[in-house]
Amino acid sequence: MSGADNLLKTKALCAYYGDFQALFDIEFEIDNGETVAVIGANGAGKSTFLRALAGSLETAPDMIRYDGQSIGHLPAHRVLRQGIALVPEGRRLFQSLSVEENLQIGGDFGRRGPWTLKRVFELFPVLAERRAQPATSLSGGQQQMCAIGRALMSNPRLLLCDEISLGLAPVIIRELYERLETISAEGTTLVIVEQDINRALAAADRFYCLQKGRVSLAGPAQGVERQSITAAYFGI
Amino acid sequence: MNWLTDVDWAGVLIQGTLIGGLYALFAIGLSLAFGIMRLVNIAHGDFIVLCAYVAMIVVNASGMHPLVSIAVVVPLMFVLGYVLQRGLLNFTLGPSILPPLLVTFGLSVIIQNVLLEVFGADTRRLNAGAMETASITLPGDVTVGVFPLLIFVVALVSLGALQYLLYRTRLGRAFRATSDDADTAELMGIDNRHLYSLAMGIALAFTALAAVLFSVRTSFDPASGPINLIFAFEAVIIGGLGSLWGTLVGGIILGVSQSLGSSVVGPLVSLLIGNPVSAQWQILTGHIAFMIILIVKPDGLFPRIRD
Repeated sequence: MSGADNLLKTKALCAYYGDFQALFDIEFEIDNGETVAVIGANGAGKSTFLRALAGSLETAPDMIRYDGQSIGHLPAHRVLRQGIALVPEGRRLFQSLSVEENLQIGGDFGRRGPWTLKRVFELFPVLAERRAQPATSLSGGQQQMCAIGRALMSNPRLLLCDEISLGLAPVIIRELYERLETISAEGTTLVIVEQDINRALAAADRFYCLQKGRVSLAGPAQGVERQSITAAYFGI
Repeated sequence: MNWLTDVDWAGVLIQGTLIGGLYALFAIGLSLAFGIMRLVNIAHGDFIVLCAYVAMIVVNASGMHPLVSIAVVVPLMFVLGYVLQRGLLNFTLGPSILPPLLVTFGLSVIIQNVLLEVFGADTRRLNAGAMETASITLPGDVTVGVFPLLIFVVALVSLGALQYLLYRTRLGRAFRATSDDADTAELMGIDNRHLYSLAMGIALAFTALAAVLFSVRTSFDPASGPINLIFAFEAVIIGGLGSLWGTLVGGIILGVSQSLGSSVVGPLVSLLIGNPVSAQWQILTGHIAFMIILIVKPDGLFPRIRD
Protein backbone atom coordinates (compact mmCIF):
# COMPACT_ATOMS: atom_id res chain seq x y z
CA MET A 1 0.00 0.00 0.00
CA SER A 2 3.01 2.28 0.35
CA GLY A 3 3.26 3.34 -3.23
CA ALA A 4 4.04 6.69 -4.81
CA ASP A 5 0.64 7.78 -3.61
CA ASN A 6 1.62 7.67 0.05
CA LEU A 7 0.88 10.93 1.88
CA LEU A 8 1.89 10.21 5.45
CA LYS A 9 3.67 7.38 7.16
CA THR A 10 4.77 6.88 10.75
CA LYS A 11 7.69 4.70 11.70
CA ALA A 12 7.96 3.39 15.26
CA LEU A 13 6.11 6.49 16.46
CA CYS A 14 6.39 6.97 20.21
CA ALA A 15 5.00 9.87 22.21
CA TYR A 16 5.19 10.87 25.84
CA TYR A 17 3.39 13.06 28.35
CA GLY A 18 6.32 13.89 30.61
CA ASP A 19 7.58 10.51 31.83
CA PHE A 20 4.44 8.70 30.77
CA GLN A 21 4.67 6.93 27.44
CA ALA A 22 1.35 7.18 25.62
CA LEU A 23 2.24 5.71 22.20
CA PHE A 24 4.43 2.70 21.43
CA ASP A 25 5.97 2.06 18.00
CA ILE A 26 2.94 3.02 15.92
CA GLU A 27 3.28 2.01 12.25
CA PHE A 28 0.66 3.91 10.31
CA GLU A 29 0.27 5.01 6.74
CA ILE A 30 -2.28 6.79 4.65
CA ASP A 31 -2.48 7.41 0.91
CA ASN A 32 -3.64 10.52 -0.89
CA GLY A 33 -7.41 10.76 -0.94
CA GLU A 34 -7.92 7.91 1.50
CA THR A 35 -10.14 8.00 4.58
CA VAL A 36 -8.72 6.05 7.51
CA ALA A 37 -10.47 5.44 10.83
CA VAL A 38 -8.61 5.15 14.11
CA ILE A 39 -10.71 3.38 16.70
CA GLY A 40 -10.09 2.25 20.23
CA ALA A 41 -11.36 2.48 23.78
CA ASN A 42 -11.03 5.47 26.06
CA GLY A 43 -7.38 6.14 26.83
CA ALA A 44 -6.11 3.93 24.00
CA GLY A 45 -4.07 6.83 22.64
CA LYS A 46 -6.25 7.95 19.71
CA SER A 47 -6.21 11.65 20.54
CA THR A 48 -2.55 11.47 21.46
CA PHE A 49 -1.84 9.94 18.06
CA LEU A 50 -3.62 12.77 16.25
CA ARG A 51 -1.89 15.39 18.39
CA ALA A 52 1.46 13.80 17.59
CA LEU A 53 0.68 13.95 13.86
CA ALA A 54 -0.39 17.60 14.22
CA GLY A 55 2.87 18.52 15.95
CA SER A 56 1.43 19.23 19.39
CA LEU A 57 3.59 16.53 20.95
CA GLU A 58 7.31 16.26 20.58
CA THR A 59 8.50 13.35 18.46
CA ALA A 60 11.72 12.46 16.63
CA PRO A 61 11.97 13.83 13.05
CA ASP A 62 11.90 10.50 11.22
CA MET A 63 8.96 9.10 13.18
CA ILE A 64 6.57 11.01 10.91
CA ARG A 65 7.20 11.19 7.15
CA TYR A 66 4.83 13.43 5.25
CA ASP A 67 4.95 13.99 1.54
CA GLY A 68 8.48 12.59 1.45
CA GLN A 69 9.78 14.80 4.29
CA SER A 70 10.48 14.20 7.96
CA ILE A 71 8.13 16.38 10.01
CA GLY A 72 8.16 14.72 13.43
CA HIS A 73 10.20 17.55 14.91
CA LEU A 74 8.11 20.43 13.56
CA PRO A 75 5.98 22.44 16.01
CA ALA A 76 2.21 22.54 15.44
CA HIS A 77 2.17 25.94 13.77
CA ARG A 78 4.61 24.76 11.10
CA VAL A 79 2.88 21.44 10.59
CA LEU A 80 -0.31 23.35 9.75
CA ARG A 81 1.52 25.23 7.03
CA GLN A 82 2.60 21.91 5.56
CA GLY A 83 -1.07 21.06 5.11
CA ILE A 84 -2.08 19.01 8.16
CA ALA A 85 -5.02 20.40 10.16
CA LEU A 86 -6.59 19.03 13.32
CA VAL A 87 -10.20 19.32 14.44
CA PRO A 88 -9.47 18.95 18.15
CA GLU A 89 -11.46 16.86 20.57
CA GLY A 90 -14.07 18.98 22.34
CA ARG A 91 -14.01 21.47 19.42
CA ARG A 92 -11.96 24.09 21.28
CA LEU A 93 -13.47 27.11 19.55
CA PHE A 94 -12.13 30.51 20.56
CA GLN A 95 -14.73 31.86 22.94
CA SER A 96 -14.10 35.56 22.50
CA LEU A 97 -14.18 35.31 18.71
CA SER A 98 -17.31 35.31 16.58
CA VAL A 99 -18.23 32.38 14.35
CA GLU A 100 -16.81 34.19 11.34
CA GLU A 101 -13.61 35.14 13.16
CA ASN A 102 -13.12 31.55 14.28
CA LEU A 103 -13.30 30.48 10.66
CA GLN A 104 -11.06 33.32 9.51
CA ILE A 105 -8.34 32.51 11.98
CA GLY A 106 -8.23 29.00 10.56
CA GLY A 107 -7.31 30.52 7.20
CA ASP A 108 -5.10 33.36 8.41
CA PHE A 109 -1.92 31.31 8.69
CA GLY A 110 -2.79 28.33 6.54
CA ARG A 111 -2.30 27.50 2.87
CA ARG A 112 -4.09 28.99 -0.11
CA GLY A 113 -6.55 26.72 -1.83
CA PRO A 114 -10.18 26.02 -2.69
CA TRP A 115 -11.58 26.47 0.82
CA THR A 116 -12.65 30.03 1.52
CA LEU A 117 -15.13 31.60 3.92
CA LYS A 118 -17.70 31.45 1.12
CA ARG A 119 -17.13 27.74 0.47
CA VAL A 120 -17.34 26.87 4.16
CA PHE A 121 -20.59 28.81 4.46
CA GLU A 122 -21.92 26.83 1.49
CA LEU A 123 -20.96 23.59 3.21
CA PHE A 124 -22.52 24.66 6.53
CA PRO A 125 -25.19 27.29 5.71
CA VAL A 126 -26.23 27.60 9.35
CA LEU A 127 -22.82 29.10 10.14
CA ALA A 128 -23.46 31.90 7.64
CA GLU A 129 -26.70 32.74 9.40
CA ARG A 130 -24.89 32.98 12.71
CA ARG A 131 -21.61 34.44 11.50
CA ALA A 132 -21.65 37.45 13.85
CA GLN A 133 -22.56 35.51 17.00
CA PRO A 134 -20.00 34.40 19.58
CA ALA A 135 -18.89 30.88 18.67
CA THR A 136 -19.85 29.59 22.09
CA SER A 137 -23.49 30.62 21.57
CA LEU A 138 -23.88 27.89 18.92
CA SER A 139 -25.43 24.50 19.64
CA GLY A 140 -23.06 21.55 20.00
CA GLY A 141 -23.55 20.37 16.43
CA GLN A 142 -23.08 23.87 15.04
CA GLN A 143 -19.94 24.30 17.11
CA GLN A 144 -18.60 21.09 15.61
CA MET A 145 -19.38 22.41 12.12
CA CYS A 146 -17.51 25.58 13.02
CA ALA A 147 -14.53 23.57 14.26
CA ILE A 148 -14.46 21.53 11.04
CA GLY A 149 -14.87 24.68 8.95
CA ARG A 150 -12.05 26.35 10.86
CA ALA A 151 -9.71 23.48 10.08
CA LEU A 152 -10.79 23.45 6.42
CA MET A 153 -9.99 27.14 6.08
CA SER A 154 -6.29 26.28 6.21
CA ASN A 155 -6.79 24.15 3.07
CA PRO A 156 -5.28 20.98 4.50
CA ARG A 157 -4.22 18.03 2.40
CA LEU A 158 -4.67 15.89 5.50
CA LEU A 159 -7.57 16.59 7.86
CA LEU A 160 -7.50 14.96 11.29
CA CYS A 161 -10.92 14.70 12.99
CA ASP A 162 -10.97 13.87 16.69
CA GLU A 163 -14.28 12.49 17.97
CA ILE A 164 -16.50 14.82 16.02
CA SER A 165 -19.60 12.87 17.11
CA LEU A 166 -18.93 13.33 20.81
CA GLY A 167 -22.05 14.34 22.70
CA LEU A 168 -24.15 14.98 19.59
CA ALA A 169 -27.57 13.65 18.54
CA PRO A 170 -27.57 10.86 15.90
CA VAL A 171 -29.28 13.05 13.32
CA ILE A 172 -26.55 15.68 13.68
CA ILE A 173 -23.83 13.04 13.54
CA ARG A 174 -25.26 11.73 10.29
CA GLU A 175 -25.24 15.23 8.83
CA LEU A 176 -21.62 15.80 9.90
CA TYR A 177 -20.48 12.56 8.30
CA GLU A 178 -22.27 13.44 5.06
CA ARG A 179 -20.25 16.66 5.03
CA LEU A 180 -17.06 14.69 5.60
CA GLU A 181 -17.89 12.73 2.47
CA THR A 182 -18.16 16.00 0.56
CA ILE A 183 -14.80 17.08 1.95
CA SER A 184 -13.27 13.74 1.04
CA ALA A 185 -14.70 13.98 -2.48
CA GLU A 186 -12.75 17.23 -2.88
CA GLY A 187 -9.59 15.14 -2.58
CA THR A 188 -8.83 15.82 1.07
CA THR A 189 -7.27 12.91 2.91
CA LEU A 190 -9.02 12.14 6.20
CA VAL A 191 -8.12 10.50 9.47
CA ILE A 192 -11.20 9.96 11.64
CA VAL A 193 -10.87 9.13 15.31
CA GLU A 194 -14.05 7.69 16.78
CA GLN A 195 -15.29 5.66 19.70
CA ASP A 196 -18.35 4.66 17.66
CA ILE A 197 -16.94 1.72 15.71
CA ASN A 198 -19.81 1.32 13.25
CA ARG A 199 -19.84 4.98 12.36
CA ALA A 200 -16.09 5.02 11.83
CA LEU A 201 -15.92 1.86 9.75
CA ALA A 202 -18.82 2.96 7.54
CA ALA A 203 -17.02 6.19 6.64
CA ALA A 204 -13.53 4.77 6.18
CA ASP A 205 -11.56 2.80 3.59
CA ARG A 206 -9.24 1.26 6.16
CA PHE A 207 -8.95 1.29 9.93
CA TYR A 208 -6.43 1.02 12.73
CA CYS A 209 -7.43 -0.12 16.19
CA LEU A 210 -5.37 1.18 19.10
CA GLN A 211 -5.13 -0.46 22.47
CA LYS A 212 -2.99 0.90 25.30
CA GLY A 213 -0.91 2.98 22.91
CA ARG A 214 -0.22 0.18 20.41
CA VAL A 215 -1.79 -0.83 17.11
CA SER A 216 -3.76 -3.98 17.95
CA LEU A 217 -5.42 -4.50 14.58
CA ALA A 218 -5.43 -2.88 11.14
CA GLY A 219 -7.03 -3.61 7.80
CA PRO A 220 -9.73 -2.71 5.32
CA ALA A 221 -12.82 -1.21 6.93
CA GLN A 222 -15.30 -3.39 5.04
CA GLY A 223 -15.73 -7.07 5.70
CA VAL A 224 -13.84 -7.09 8.97
CA GLU A 225 -15.02 -9.60 11.54
CA ARG A 226 -16.81 -8.14 14.55
CA GLN A 227 -15.17 -10.61 16.87
CA SER A 228 -11.62 -9.70 15.93
CA ILE A 229 -12.42 -6.01 16.40
CA THR A 230 -13.90 -6.64 19.81
CA ALA A 231 -10.77 -8.51 20.77
CA ALA A 232 -8.50 -5.75 19.45
CA TYR A 233 -10.65 -3.06 21.04
CA PHE A 234 -10.84 -4.42 24.55
CA GLY A 235 -7.85 -6.72 24.53
CA ILE A 236 -9.84 -9.80 25.47
CA MET B 1 -17.71 74.85 55.35
CA ASN B 2 -17.64 78.01 53.31
CA TRP B 3 -14.37 77.08 51.76
CA LEU B 4 -16.08 74.23 49.89
CA THR B 5 -17.84 76.79 47.75
CA ASP B 6 -14.46 78.29 46.92
CA VAL B 7 -13.21 75.01 45.47
CA ASP B 8 -12.84 75.17 41.71
CA TRP B 9 -14.89 72.03 41.13
CA ALA B 10 -14.80 72.17 37.36
CA GLY B 11 -11.04 72.65 37.48
CA VAL B 12 -10.61 69.72 39.88
CA LEU B 13 -12.68 67.41 37.69
CA ILE B 14 -10.94 68.45 34.49
CA GLN B 15 -7.42 68.19 35.90
CA GLY B 16 -8.29 64.77 37.32
CA THR B 17 -9.78 63.57 34.07
CA LEU B 18 -6.79 64.70 32.06
CA ILE B 19 -4.27 63.00 34.36
CA GLY B 20 -6.50 59.94 34.07
CA GLY B 21 -5.51 59.83 30.40
CA LEU B 22 -1.87 59.44 31.41
CA TYR B 23 -2.75 56.61 33.82
CA ALA B 24 -4.68 54.88 31.05
CA LEU B 25 -1.60 55.19 28.82
CA PHE B 26 0.52 53.69 31.60
CA ALA B 27 -1.97 50.87 31.91
CA ILE B 28 -2.04 49.84 28.23
CA GLY B 29 1.28 47.98 28.35
CA LEU B 30 0.41 46.22 31.57
CA SER B 31 -3.03 45.29 30.33
CA LEU B 32 -1.78 43.93 26.99
CA ALA B 33 0.84 41.70 28.58
CA PHE B 34 -1.64 40.31 31.07
CA GLY B 35 -4.50 40.01 28.62
CA ILE B 36 -2.59 38.12 25.94
CA MET B 37 -0.14 35.98 27.89
CA ARG B 38 -1.26 36.22 31.54
CA LEU B 39 2.04 37.87 32.32
CA VAL B 40 1.94 40.25 35.27
CA ASN B 41 4.79 42.62 34.59
CA ILE B 42 6.01 43.85 37.97
CA ALA B 43 8.77 45.79 36.19
CA HIS B 44 6.22 47.82 34.20
CA GLY B 45 6.72 50.99 36.26
CA ASP B 46 10.47 50.65 35.93
CA PHE B 47 10.14 50.28 32.18
CA ILE B 48 8.27 53.60 32.19
CA VAL B 49 11.20 55.18 34.02
CA LEU B 50 13.73 53.42 31.79
CA CYS B 51 11.93 54.84 28.74
CA ALA B 52 12.07 58.30 30.32
CA TYR B 53 15.84 58.02 30.75
CA VAL B 54 16.26 56.74 27.21
CA ALA B 55 14.25 59.73 26.00
CA MET B 56 16.49 61.98 28.09
CA ILE B 57 19.62 60.55 26.50
CA VAL B 58 18.14 60.96 23.03
CA VAL B 59 17.09 64.54 23.75
CA ASN B 60 20.44 65.48 25.28
CA ALA B 61 22.45 63.86 22.52
CA SER B 62 20.49 65.25 19.59
CA GLY B 63 18.97 68.43 20.98
CA MET B 64 15.60 67.47 19.57
CA HIS B 65 12.32 68.42 21.21
CA PRO B 66 11.15 65.79 23.75
CA LEU B 67 8.00 65.12 21.75
CA VAL B 68 10.07 64.45 18.62
CA SER B 69 12.14 61.93 20.60
CA ILE B 70 8.99 59.75 20.64
CA ALA B 71 9.83 58.81 17.05
CA VAL B 72 13.12 57.35 18.28
CA VAL B 73 12.20 55.96 21.69
CA VAL B 74 9.03 54.11 20.64
CA PRO B 75 10.64 51.92 17.92
CA LEU B 76 13.64 51.35 20.19
CA MET B 77 11.43 50.07 23.00
CA PHE B 78 9.42 47.94 20.60
CA VAL B 79 12.63 46.13 19.67
CA LEU B 80 13.66 45.84 23.32
CA GLY B 81 10.24 44.42 24.20
CA TYR B 82 10.43 41.86 21.42
CA VAL B 83 13.93 40.74 22.38
CA LEU B 84 13.11 40.65 26.10
CA GLN B 85 10.09 38.44 25.54
CA ARG B 86 11.80 36.18 23.02
CA GLY B 87 15.04 35.84 24.95
CA LEU B 88 13.77 35.73 28.52
CA LEU B 89 10.09 36.08 29.41
CA ASN B 90 8.83 33.37 27.03
CA PHE B 91 10.75 30.84 29.09
CA THR B 92 8.86 31.87 32.22
CA LEU B 93 5.38 31.29 30.76
CA GLY B 94 3.52 28.14 31.70
CA PRO B 95 0.57 26.90 33.70
CA SER B 96 1.58 29.00 36.71
CA ILE B 97 1.61 32.82 36.71
CA LEU B 98 4.25 32.86 39.45
CA PRO B 99 7.50 32.49 37.40
CA PRO B 100 6.89 35.58 35.23
CA LEU B 101 5.94 37.47 38.39
CA LEU B 102 9.25 36.58 40.04
CA VAL B 103 11.36 37.22 36.96
CA THR B 104 9.82 40.64 36.29
CA PHE B 105 10.26 41.47 39.97
CA GLY B 106 13.93 40.69 39.49
CA LEU B 107 14.00 42.85 36.37
CA SER B 108 12.45 45.67 38.39
CA VAL B 109 15.26 45.53 40.95
CA ILE B 110 17.90 45.33 38.22
CA ILE B 111 16.52 48.27 36.23
CA GLN B 112 16.24 50.49 39.31
CA ASN B 113 19.79 49.76 40.37
CA VAL B 114 21.30 50.13 36.92
CA LEU B 115 19.55 53.48 36.52
CA LEU B 116 20.80 54.55 39.95
CA GLU B 117 24.35 53.48 39.09
CA VAL B 118 24.38 55.21 35.71
CA PHE B 119 22.35 58.36 36.34
CA GLY B 120 22.52 58.86 40.11
CA ALA B 121 19.60 59.62 42.40
CA ASP B 122 18.91 63.15 41.13
CA THR B 123 15.43 63.86 39.90
CA ARG B 124 15.20 64.68 36.19
CA ARG B 125 12.66 66.19 33.91
CA LEU B 126 12.44 66.79 30.18
CA ASN B 127 11.92 70.36 29.06
CA ALA B 128 9.27 70.87 26.41
CA GLY B 129 9.55 74.66 26.39
CA ALA B 130 6.62 77.02 26.15
CA MET B 131 3.96 74.37 25.55
CA GLU B 132 4.40 73.12 29.12
CA THR B 133 2.79 76.22 30.58
CA ALA B 134 0.50 77.19 27.71
CA SER B 135 -3.19 76.96 28.44
CA ILE B 136 -6.49 77.58 26.78
CA THR B 137 -9.67 78.91 28.34
CA LEU B 138 -12.84 76.94 27.81
CA PRO B 139 -16.35 78.39 28.01
CA GLY B 140 -17.28 78.92 31.65
CA ASP B 141 -13.88 80.40 32.48
CA VAL B 142 -12.22 77.02 32.94
CA THR B 143 -8.53 77.08 32.14
CA VAL B 144 -6.99 73.90 30.76
CA GLY B 145 -3.29 73.29 30.24
CA VAL B 146 -2.41 72.50 26.65
CA PHE B 147 0.02 69.75 27.60
CA PRO B 148 -2.36 67.78 29.88
CA LEU B 149 -4.95 68.09 27.14
CA LEU B 150 -2.44 66.76 24.60
CA ILE B 151 -1.71 63.77 26.85
CA PHE B 152 -5.41 63.01 27.12
CA VAL B 153 -5.87 63.20 23.35
CA VAL B 154 -2.87 60.90 22.85
CA ALA B 155 -4.47 58.44 25.29
CA LEU B 156 -7.74 58.49 23.35
CA VAL B 157 -5.97 57.99 20.03
CA SER B 158 -3.81 55.20 21.48
CA LEU B 159 -6.79 53.30 22.86
CA GLY B 160 -8.61 53.76 19.55
CA ALA B 161 -5.58 52.45 17.65
CA LEU B 162 -5.31 49.47 19.97
CA GLN B 163 -9.01 48.75 19.59
CA TYR B 164 -8.55 48.77 15.82
CA LEU B 165 -5.51 46.51 16.06
CA LEU B 166 -7.24 43.97 18.30
CA TYR B 167 -10.64 43.83 16.62
CA ARG B 168 -10.04 44.72 12.98
CA THR B 169 -6.72 43.12 11.99
CA ARG B 170 -5.41 39.62 11.44
CA LEU B 171 -2.77 40.15 14.11
CA GLY B 172 -5.41 41.27 16.62
CA ARG B 173 -7.49 38.20 15.87
CA ALA B 174 -4.44 36.05 16.56
CA PHE B 175 -3.84 37.92 19.84
CA ARG B 176 -7.38 37.29 21.00
CA ALA B 177 -7.33 33.64 19.94
CA THR B 178 -4.06 33.03 21.75
CA SER B 179 -5.43 34.75 24.83
CA ASP B 180 -8.40 32.35 24.77
CA ASP B 181 -6.50 29.11 24.17
CA ALA B 182 -2.81 29.16 23.34
CA ASP B 183 -2.54 25.43 22.49
CA THR B 184 -5.37 25.55 19.97
CA ALA B 185 -3.97 28.77 18.53
CA GLU B 186 -0.76 26.84 17.75
CA LEU B 187 -2.90 24.34 15.83
CA MET B 188 -4.18 27.29 13.75
CA GLY B 189 -0.65 28.02 12.59
CA ILE B 190 0.07 30.73 15.16
CA ASP B 191 3.64 30.78 16.46
CA ASN B 192 2.95 31.73 20.07
CA ARG B 193 6.55 32.59 20.91
CA HIS B 194 6.67 35.09 18.06
CA LEU B 195 3.19 36.42 18.84
CA TYR B 196 4.01 36.93 22.53
CA SER B 197 7.17 38.77 21.56
CA LEU B 198 5.20 41.06 19.26
CA ALA B 199 2.73 41.67 22.09
CA MET B 200 5.51 42.68 24.48
CA GLY B 201 7.04 44.86 21.78
CA ILE B 202 3.72 46.67 21.30
CA ALA B 203 3.24 46.91 25.07
CA LEU B 204 6.63 48.59 25.51
CA ALA B 205 6.02 50.84 22.51
CA PHE B 206 2.91 52.23 24.20
CA THR B 207 4.84 52.41 27.46
CA ALA B 208 7.52 54.48 25.74
CA LEU B 209 4.90 56.85 24.38
CA ALA B 210 3.41 57.25 27.87
CA ALA B 211 6.85 57.65 29.42
CA VAL B 212 7.97 60.54 27.21
CA LEU B 213 4.76 62.47 27.95
CA PHE B 214 5.12 61.63 31.65
CA SER B 215 8.73 62.78 31.80
CA VAL B 216 7.77 66.23 30.51
CA ARG B 217 4.89 66.54 32.94
CA THR B 218 6.49 65.13 36.08
CA SER B 219 10.00 64.82 37.43
CA PHE B 220 11.37 61.31 37.81
CA ASP B 221 14.28 59.47 39.41
CA PRO B 222 15.42 55.84 39.35
CA ALA B 223 13.00 54.94 42.16
CA SER B 224 9.88 56.39 40.48
CA GLY B 225 8.86 53.09 38.90
CA PRO B 226 6.85 51.31 41.61
CA ILE B 227 4.37 54.14 42.22
CA ASN B 228 3.66 54.33 38.48
CA LEU B 229 3.20 50.57 38.40
CA ILE B 230 0.59 50.97 41.14
CA PHE B 231 -1.24 53.73 39.25
CA ALA B 232 -1.31 51.57 36.14
CA PHE B 233 -2.51 48.56 38.14
CA GLU B 234 -5.25 50.57 39.78
CA ALA B 235 -6.47 51.94 36.44
CA VAL B 236 -6.59 48.41 34.99
CA ILE B 237 -8.34 46.87 37.99
CA ILE B 238 -10.91 49.66 38.40
CA GLY B 239 -11.77 49.45 34.70
CA GLY B 240 -11.95 45.67 34.70
CA LEU B 241 -9.31 43.30 33.29
CA GLY B 242 -9.21 43.13 29.52
CA SER B 243 -11.47 46.11 28.90
CA LEU B 244 -9.71 48.81 26.86
CA TRP B 245 -12.11 51.68 27.45
CA GLY B 246 -12.68 50.47 31.00
CA THR B 247 -9.00 51.21 31.55
CA LEU B 248 -9.59 54.81 30.50
CA VAL B 249 -12.54 55.06 32.90
CA GLY B 250 -10.34 53.51 35.59
CA GLY B 251 -7.61 56.04 34.90
CA ILE B 252 -10.07 58.91 35.05
CA ILE B 253 -11.62 57.71 38.32
CA LEU B 254 -8.12 57.42 39.79
CA GLY B 255 -7.11 60.84 38.48
CA VAL B 256 -10.26 62.59 39.70
CA SER B 257 -9.94 60.93 43.12
CA GLN B 258 -6.38 62.16 43.41
CA SER B 259 -7.40 65.60 42.30
CA LEU B 260 -10.18 65.65 44.91
CA GLY B 261 -7.68 64.37 47.45
CA SER B 262 -5.39 67.34 47.12
CA SER B 263 -8.08 70.00 46.79
CA VAL B 264 -10.92 68.75 49.00
CA VAL B 265 -10.18 65.71 51.15
CA GLY B 266 -6.78 66.90 52.36
CA PRO B 267 -7.94 70.39 53.39
CA LEU B 268 -11.08 68.91 54.96
CA VAL B 269 -9.10 66.52 57.13
CA SER B 270 -6.67 69.23 58.20
CA LEU B 271 -9.63 71.42 59.10
CA LEU B 272 -11.16 68.65 61.22
CA ILE B 273 -8.07 67.54 63.12
CA GLY B 274 -6.10 70.72 62.86
CA ASN B 275 -2.83 69.54 61.36
CA PRO B 276 -1.24 71.12 58.30
CA VAL B 277 -2.44 69.98 54.86
CA SER B 278 -0.32 67.11 53.57
CA ALA B 279 0.39 66.60 49.89
CA GLN B 280 0.13 62.85 50.46
CA TRP B 281 -3.67 63.11 50.54
CA GLN B 282 -3.59 63.27 46.77
CA ILE B 283 -2.17 59.77 46.38
CA LEU B 284 -3.91 58.34 49.42
CA THR B 285 -7.37 59.40 48.19
CA GLY B 286 -6.69 57.63 44.89
CA HIS B 287 -5.83 54.44 46.78
CA ILE B 288 -8.95 54.77 48.92
CA ALA B 289 -11.15 55.14 45.84
CA PHE B 290 -9.45 52.05 44.38
CA MET B 291 -10.11 50.09 47.60
CA ILE B 292 -13.77 51.10 47.64
CA ILE B 293 -14.27 49.95 44.04
CA LEU B 294 -12.40 46.73 44.75
CA ILE B 295 -14.80 46.04 47.63
CA VAL B 296 -17.96 46.99 45.74
CA LYS B 297 -17.03 45.49 42.37
CA PRO B 298 -14.09 43.06 42.76
CA ASP B 299 -14.02 42.38 38.99
CA GLY B 300 -13.80 46.08 38.16
CA LEU B 301 -16.40 48.08 36.31
CA PHE B 302 -16.24 46.44 32.88
CA PRO B 303 -14.62 43.00 33.28
CA ARG B 304 -13.78 41.02 30.14
CA ILE B 305 -11.35 38.40 31.42
CA ARG B 306 -12.53 36.12 34.17
CA ASP B 307 -9.61 33.86 34.99
